[in-house]
Amino acid sequence: MITDSAIAGLAFYAFSAVLIACAVMVVTSRNPVHSVLFLILGFFNAAALFLIAGAEFLAMILVIVYVGAVAVLFLFVVMMLDIDFARLREGFQRYAPIGAVIGGILFLELVFVLATWQSSGEAGGLRLNPTPSTVSNTRAIGQVLYTDYVFLFQGAGLILLVAMMGAIVLTHRDRARSRRQDIQAQIHRRTQIEMADVPVGASIGQMGILRPLPPEEPKPKAVAHGHGAHDDHGHGGGHH
Amino acid sequence: MLTIGLSHYLTVGAILFVLGIFGIFLNRKNIIVILMSIELILLSVNLNLVAFSSTLGDLTGQIFAMFILTVAAAEAAIGLAVVVIYFRNRGSIEVEDVSTLKG
Repeated sequence: MITDSAIAGLAFYAFSAVLIACAVMVVTSRNPVHSVLFLILGFFNAAALFLIAGAEFLAMILVIVYVGAVAVLFLFVVMMLDIDFARLREGFQRYAPIGAVIGGILFLELVFVLATWQSSGEAGGLRLNPTPSTVSNTRAIGQVLYTDYVFLFQGAGLILLVAMMGAIVLTHRDRARSRRQDIQAQIHRRTQIEMADVPVGASIGQMGILRPLPPEEPKPKAVAHGHGAHDDHGHGGGHH
Repeated sequence: MLTIGLSHYLTVGAILFVLGIFGIFLNRKNIIVILMSIELILLSVNLNLVAFSSTLGDLTGQIFAMFILTVAAAEAAIGLAVVVIYFRNRGSIEVEDVSTLKG
C-alpha cells in the first residue's frame, strides 16, 4: 500500500532522485567499474522504492539477487577481461545524438500514454489475487506462488538450471595439465602391447626387454658448498 | 505534492526505461554496458509492475516481477559467459567485430 504520509513522499523523492542519477552515471561513466558500482547503488535505491510501495519481499530479493549475484558477476567480468576501454568509447559523441533522439521520442510516447491513461472502474473487481490484509507480504506471496503459480515457479527454476548449465558449458576450458581419464587412449593402447613368451627363470636382462631408463632430469647446478662460511651466508638466502 | 501515487512510480519507471534505451545507443561498442542497460530496463519494468500491484491491491504483479527477476539473472549469466568466450577468442568485445562471425 502506498502510504500517504509526508515522510514517505520525501523518501520517495530522495530515493528516486538518487536512482535516476545512478542510472545516468551507469550509461555515461567513463570507467565500466564505476558503471557497475553505480548500478549497485541504483539497485539499493530501487529496493527502497519497492519498500515504500509495500513490496517488502521483492525489495529483499532485489538486494540479494541483483546486488549479491548479478552486479558482482558484472564486476568479476569487467575486472577479469583485459579490455582497452578507451578504444571502446571512440564513437561516444557520434552515437549520443541518435540515442537522445530515440530516447526523447520514446519518453514523449510514454508521457502521452501516462497523461491519457486512466484506470478502469472495474479494475478492483477483476483482481486475480487481492492482497490479503491479515498476513504479511512475504506470506501472502508464498500462499499464491506455491499454489496458483507453482508450474510457473518450476519453470523459473528450469530456466535458472538451463542458464547455469549454459554458462558452465560455454566458459569451461580444459586445462592442458588435467589428469583426466582418457578412455579412448586406453582402449587403443591394447594393439601396441606385444606378448612375449618368458622361459621360467629368465630374467628381464636375458630376454632383452629391459625397460628403457627415463631420460635424465637436468641436475640442478651444484651449489658450491664451500667450507668457508662466508659464501654460504652470502648466497644462502637467495638460493634456498 | 508529497502524496505518492501511481503516476510518480510510472514516471520514475519511464525515466529509467528511457535511460536504459539511451545507454544501449550510447555504448554501441561495449557489450558489458549494454547488458547493464538491459538490467536498467528490466528494473524499470519491475518498478511499474510493483507500483500497479501496490495501487490495485493485487499480488499478481509482484509475482510476475519475481519471474522477471529470474529471467534477468539468467540473461545476465548467459550474456556474460558469451562475452567471456568471445573475448577469449577475439581479444575484443566490440559489437561491430561480432559481425565477422557470420559466414
